[in-house]
Amino acid sequence: MYLNSIFADPERTARLIDIAKTSLQPLLEGAIMNTIPLTIISFIIGLILAVLTALARISQVKFFQIVARVYVSAIRGTPLLVQLFIIFYGLPNIGITLDPFISAVIGFSLSVGAYASEVIRAAILSIPKGQWEAGYSIGMTYTQALKRIILPQAAKVSLPPLSNTFISLVKDTSLASLVLVTEMFRRAQEIASTNYEFLLVYTEAALLYWVICFFLSVIQGFLEKRLDRYAS
Amino acid sequence: MISIKGLYKQFGQLEVLKGIDLEVEKGKVVVVIGPSGSGKTTMLRCLNVLEIPTKGVVSIEGQNLDFSKNVPQKNIASFRRLTGMVFQGYNLFPHKTALENVMEGPMIVKRETKEAARKKASALLKKVGLGDKQDYYPAQLSGGQQQRVGIARALAMEPEVMLFDEPTSALDPELVGDVLKVMKDLAAEGMTMIVVTHEMRFAREAADEVIFMDQGVVVERDKPAEIFTNPKEERTKKFLNMIQ
Repeated sequence: MYLNSIFADPERTARLIDIAKTSLQPLLEGAIMNTIPLTIISFIIGLILAVLTALARISQVKFFQIVARVYVSAIRGTPLLVQLFIIFYGLPNIGITLDPFISAVIGFSLSVGAYASEVIRAAILSIPKGQWEAGYSIGMTYTQALKRIILPQAAKVSLPPLSNTFISLVKDTSLASLVLVTEMFRRAQEIASTNYEFLLVYTEAALLYWVICFFLSVIQGFLEKRLDRYAS
Repeated sequence: MISIKGLYKQFGQLEVLKGIDLEVEKGKVVVVIGPSGSGKTTMLRCLNVLEIPTKGVVSIEGQNLDFSKNVPQKNIASFRRLTGMVFQGYNLFPHKTALENVMEGPMIVKRETKEAARKKASALLKKVGLGDKQDYYPAQLSGGQQQRVGIARALAMEPEVMLFDEPTSALDPELVGDVLKVMKDLAAEGMTMIVVTHEMRFAREAADEVIFMDQGVVVERDKPAEIFTNPKEERTKKFLNMIQ
């Protein structure tokens, strides 16, 4: 019916094509200025957090284990949207007012850190104990063995699940629209609220998300091939 | 010289080493034999502190670790550098080529330049007969070749003593010879070696001394000619009868 109404009316068709064209630029702007930087920055910080959390979980020190467990449990046990609201709308009540983008980065980093830490923990534990011992036997310290021997091998194991996390994150950044970050989806909302062509504009945004994620899976395939030079 | 004094190791309730005393002079080759569960591997792993002994003193060329007290991590790392370890399962780094495996220690632990490490690694791989396999990944090498890379990797740290933990047990029979030959060459060059193995021929031909362990203690030690033909202890006789 919607399609009928479009093609039956050449004037409306022209208007829709025009809207699709003119909204492309602001949507891409939102993607390039906010969605993509938000994703990349949050993922990098999240990954560092995740490695630290994973190491804390497998460390011998009870205190680190407990801190890591509570962190992962709290983040996984509460909705991301609620976390973002606490950071952006809640913290000002105790005098901490953050820029929308910064709030979003904090929220997403914490989220990635918790979810990815489980992936990295499993990957580290999947590397045979003999690899640690071989590193130690040539005089390496814990840190050297971790950096040179264990993490590179764990990276290979964790690449597919981490790619999943990354792709999810691209889409989750749309939640940042609700804490006033003018990322791609917020731009879409702004455009749609002026011309009421919700179906068209939101679909256009969805297609752009899809394109971004498609490229990411291509990169994932490429990385997997590169890390597969050695078979283990 | 290497010495072990009053070495005990307990895993939970299980006492694996019950007071080992052992001295190995520089340049000597000592082969350790004994039934499985006798503690020979554990003793070897205590020597390079992959296992922390419950108590006892180990010393290599004047450096001591006394495990009756708490030993700081830093001392353990520097002590380990005196020993080279060859594992039963090779434990090569699968994400690095043969050359990179051997370079890793000199480059990262000894902080030699990449060029110096590469030169040294390349020479060592030639020495173990793998000059043409430098750029192969472990998965592309046979078990015997992997184990020889393992030996080269340990040698690259220029250890005072080489420890071999059943280096040929995981190998197909036809590949054992190449590894044993490398070990014999090392012995002939005067490397101090402690070898846990079931290869009695190697023990006969290359060892200065054979040690028989059972149930966490050294039962008997003697020259190979003596221990194989004329064992003094009942337990040694029984074991040798079983494997021959």
